[in-house]
Amino acid sequence: MAAQVPLVSYLVLDGAGPYLSAHVCTACGARSLERRNACPKCGSAAGFDKARLADTGVVTSFTIVQRAAPGVKAPFISATIALDGGGAVTANVVDTEPDPEHVTLGMPVTLTTFVVGTADDGAEAVAFGYAPI
Amino acid sequence: MAGDNVWVLGAHMTKFGRHDDKDVLDLAAIASLAALADGGVTIQDMDVIGAGSLFNAASGIGQQIQKQIGQTGIPVFNVVNACATGATAVRAVYLSIKAGEADMGLAVGVEQMGKMGLLGMGAGGSGKTEYVPSGRDGRVMPTEGLLGTFSMPGVFAQAGMQYLYENDDVDVEHFYKISEKNHAHSTLNPLSQYQKRFSLDEIKAAPMISFPNTMPMCSPNTDGAAAVVLISEERLRSMPKEVQRRAVKISASVLQTDPWVESGAALPDVNTCTRNAAKKAYEIAGVDPQDLDLVELHDCFATAELLHYDNLGLCEPGGAGKFLDEHGPYRDGKIPVNVSGGLESKGHPIAATGVAGVYEITTHLRGEAGDRQIEGAKVGLTHVIGLGSTCGIHILEKASL
Repeated sequence: MAAQVPLVSYLVLDGAGPYLSAHVCTACGARSLERRNACPKCGSAAGFDKARLADTGVVTSFTIVQRAAPGVKAPFISATIALDGGGAVTANVVDTEPDPEHVTLGMPVTLTTFVVGTADDGAEAVAFGYAPI
Repeated sequence: MAGDNVWVLGAHMTKFGRHDDKDVLDLAAIASLAALADGGVTIQDMDVIGAGSLFNAASGIGQQIQKQIGQTGIPVFNVVNACATGATAVRAVYLSIKAGEADMGLAVGVEQMGKMGLLGMGAGGSGKTEYVPSGRDGRVMPTEGLLGTFSMPGVFAQAGMQYLYENDDVDVEHFYKISEKNHAHSTLNPLSQYQKRFSLDEIKAAPMISFPNTMPMCSPNTDGAAAVVLISEERLRSMPKEVQRRAVKISASVLQTDPWVESGAALPDVNTCTRNAAKKAYEIAGVDPQDLDLVELHDCFATAELLHYDNLGLCEPGGAGKFLDEHGPYRDGKIPVNVSGGLESKGHPIAATGVAGVYEITTHLRGEAGDRQIEGAKVGLTHVIGLGSTCGIHILEKASL
């Protein structure tokens, strides 16, 4: 099987993956997906623990992009997901038709992954999205 | 005098639209010279300039403008704050006067966007042959279209949809109504890029850009400039009576950024900064939202306008849909919103927009807005959002010295 690399570093593929991993402020508990120098919520530079985020959540907002930049495949559904147990992320909703009949506010979804490209050395880039439950 | 009130002495905006026969400095110079003349002053009277042009941010735009209108050696603050750039330029001049370092200053915002296409659209896809993580999220390739969208029509569509998720009695029909209203308003504004009325059906049937935003629900790319001359109250007292009479008081000038919220990294938060800025502005001005005679707010997309009825306190919490249904934001409604036609019609030359909002309110308070005049307007508010995020709010009042 070809080596796989995550599209973004907060997607964990190995071990118990796939799952999303957050940096959790040791002072206030705020979660960040991206790397931070100090906590964006409380300003503490005490450091971060890592925590696994839930695979499931609900769609709190979405759009269906019809007109995209060159090289970007449209249409696609962009949605913000409030994850069960905390945390929020924006990703595509996949495995359903990109129309307002098939994606709805409050819709429960679950994490899924898919290959989005292959490098010259054979490594596959893996993205995540959410599928309706 | 430090702490003195600050007034708008002169104001001008070019017609927004396409100006292929002019360059960005022509537009800025036209607006600047006309704002100075409108205030009965010259560049020799200015103590400071605040200048912004998002797409010329690294060019020293203020100094370039000086070379067109007068190099008097005064300090220039070149500012950039996304779509709040113009409001930031106004506030830089305001603060200079408030600090007692300047008696008068010029704020100018200008943009020449031509046909740039959709903004915020990084190319996506898989051109890379090697996957090396980069950036704060360790991405190995551009993520647009793979991890949702950061295109402007998409981000603001999602912001609007979030309001529908969080509130009852509001649906996508309200977004179409907002666009219908603003395009109807634009027919009275000769400075608007587009002055064409659309029916609800035409808006719904127009090409879809990013659901639910169809083309007429998106602000166009625009060329244009706007400029205002600000003056201290003490200096205003020495001006001729006919100049004093047209001056408009700045009752509040506020800039706020987005504080941390959990979903803010997933979807830019344009709500909290607006709520915080509005609260602060109303306190400083001693004005209640219900006192407002007109509001120019940041409808970069129809989906954005709805949120700000609520964020600016124009309606009951959660009541943005009802406010619209009850005709509140129409020009003959309770609190007219975007009687200029809004960014959807008037156009959105990024850095000019915040200054143009001050121009629009000033023009109504002076009773000089022609066909689109809100009769007897005494208090107005202008609001912009720069994604990232920054909210700029100015409250202006018709007052006498």
